[in-house]
Amino acid sequence: MTKNWHLYEVFIRSKNGLAHKHAGSVHAQDAETAVLSARDLYTRRGEASSLWIMKSADIIASDPGEVGELFDPADDKIYRHPTFYTVPDGVKNM
Amino acid sequence: MYSTDLRTDKEKKSADQQVLPTSSQNDAKLWDAFQKRIDKGDVIEAKDAMPEKYRATLLRQISQHAHSEIVGQLPEGNWVTRAPTLKRKLILLAKIQDEAGHGLYLYSAAETLGRSRDDMVADLLSGKAKYSTIFNYPAPCWADIGTIGWLVDGAAIVNQIPLCRCSYGPYARAMVRVCKEESFHQRQGYEIVTTLAQGTPEQKAMAQDSLNRFWWPSLMMFGPSDSASTHSSQNMKWKIKRHSNDVLRQRFIDATVPQAEILGLTIPDADLKWNEKRGSYDFGDIDWTEFWAVIKDGGLCGKDRIRARRAAAKDGVWVRAAAEAYVQKQSAKEQAA
Amino acid sequence: MNIAENYIGATTPSSPKTAYMLRLADNALILGQRLSEMCGHAPEMELDLALTNISLDLIGQAKLLFEHILTLEDLAPNADVLALTRPQDQYTNLLLVAQPNVDFAHIVLRQYLFSTMQKIQYEALLGSSDKTLAAIAEKSLKEIAYHIRFAKSWVLRLGDGTPESSERMADALDCLWRFTGEMFERDNIIEQAEVSGLSTDFTSSYEDWQMEVKDGLAEAGGLVAPEVGQMIMGGHKGQHDEHLGHILSDMQFMQLRHPGLQW
Repeated sequence: MTKNWHLYEVFIRSKNGLAHKHAGSVHAQDAETAVLSARDLYTRRGEASSLWIMKSADIIASDPGEVGELFDPADDKIYRHPTFYTVPDGVKNM
Repeated sequence: MYSTDLRTDKEKKSADQQVLPTSSQNDAKLWDAFQKRIDKGDVIEAKDAMPEKYRATLLRQISQHAHSEIVGQLPEGNWVTRAPTLKRKLILLAKIQDEAGHGLYLYSAAETLGRSRDDMVADLLSGKAKYSTIFNYPAPCWADIGTIGWLVDGAAIVNQIPLCRCSYGPYARAMVRVCKEESFHQRQGYEIVTTLAQGTPEQKAMAQDSLNRFWWPSLMMFGPSDSASTHSSQNMKWKIKRHSNDVLRQRFIDATVPQAEILGLTIPDADLKWNEKRGSYDFGDIDWTEFWAVIKDGGLCGKDRIRARRAAAKDGVWVRAAAEAYVQKQSAKEQAA
Repeated sequence: MNIAENYIGATTPSSPKTAYMLRLADNALILGQRLSEMCGHAPEMELDLALTNISLDLIGQAKLLFEHILTLEDLAPNADVLALTRPQDQYTNLLLVAQPNVDFAHIVLRQYLFSTMQKIQYEALLGSSDKTLAAIAEKSLKEIAYHIRFAKSWVLRLGDGTPESSERMADALDCLWRFTGEMFERDNIIEQAEVSGLSTDFTSSYEDWQMEVKDGLAEAGGLVAPEVGQMIMGGHKGQHDEHLGHILSDMQFMQLRHPGLQW
């Protein structure tokens, strides 16, 4: 069998006001057939108000082997979170 | 079920003896760290390091599940053009369409493990890959459309709900989507059977006949007893599988028997009776010779099923080639402009 | 055959209004039925979903129309009997929609030719004196727009694809073009539908339709509609070719074999 298609990733906005969320992927030869296939595959139950579709090959992913150096350093910076700070009782709207 | 290991003992043993590509020293370390992640409840994602065996097991299971969805379109498809009412025709079409969709979600999940859908489909068409034996049984009568929804999708749901918590993220996410969509499948099937059971004597006889034919094959869908099997326990340790075949089968029987009773239909098992002590139904022996024979020879319909899928794939070759040629022409035009 | 002859659950419409709507319903039903044959057998799994979607839209349109017809004239006890039991010569669909699924080229071209016409035909219903019909048309037009987009994008790809695909498209065009004249054929039923305000005249758009479709075909690798000595007609009068009978023998099987039952 020939492999003459590309893998596309499909992102769905379920309604305006929400962000697009990854739904899955489709095989297609080009952008138009990718849109048609994504519509038929992922929006049969009124799931979408908008679709984003991109070639999977164009995604730049972080390396799972670098999880430690990329993300662990953020774990102990608790001063970035509002709960780190104490505020006298009775202070409101802060 | 769709995800049950359908390999014979011989096939399993020869797979065990096969040396997998990664070197064993690194493997032991990796396995250890990997198992710790699983035990902690971590979800494994596509690019994470994983033991080759975990990858191979999942690839086999997910692709087999996908094949089952695609082949599973065919017995019901046999009634699309003859559905008795417009409403039933619409429901059946939508249901079979969901199955095609589920096949596609699952092929996508399997592809994240590094094998292309084309290769997986090629294995299906060559007979190398397996799919659920249930779809090699014929659906000669309209009542079978009801029974398939009720029993086959019912069994699928029992099996698939735990898979939504499978340790492999892409599979678990596909299963969440599948389960969400599938909840209507069993109900529509039961509704058809209900209508028949409450209809004329002839209609009720249709429903009973269909139940007689599909009951035992449905129980076989969960696969042979696996409590003693090492594969099964490894899959449990990896959280690919959450419950044994027997546990799931019993769960299905306990849920289904009362559903048949309400309709006044008789489960074709003389040994079926409620066991007060166990709080479950005891049931008769399953004919595993038939099960293995269907796996080996494809039963009554296996050859037709594969022929139909081969024909579709063949029809796709020139369509794909055309779509690809079109894209290339377009981009050549763009470059020239 | 005996059963079919004995059991005719539906009667022929006596008013031109219901007769006209029955045509619309039959077109949608028969094409939906044809497409449903592809379920599980389409050349790509993605296309399986696409063709099923179109089939679902069309059968859904037909169901609404049959149900509406029955509120106007008591032709049958229910929509299923009306849709699924009439003798062949009482089906008034276009010959085009019953043409077989020879290959994917035939399927998408048939859809392109029909849906582009159906768009014009349904737009003529938007201001209908029959408000329900207008509402059905409005809902259907969204679906039709998608059918055109899908069909046209594949007509383009197959027409301007490989030599094989383009040859298959040319064959499809040669087979199907002969049936397009019937889509705009004027007769007593259409004229009365216009007089009564049920529909405006859509047949006057025949030339515009031809221009649009011929442009689309030209874009698809230079496909050219064949010269046709005489367009083939007959569907509106219930005069069908050899295909419809086979469709009906499947479609009517349960209703005729077990008349009057609930399913």
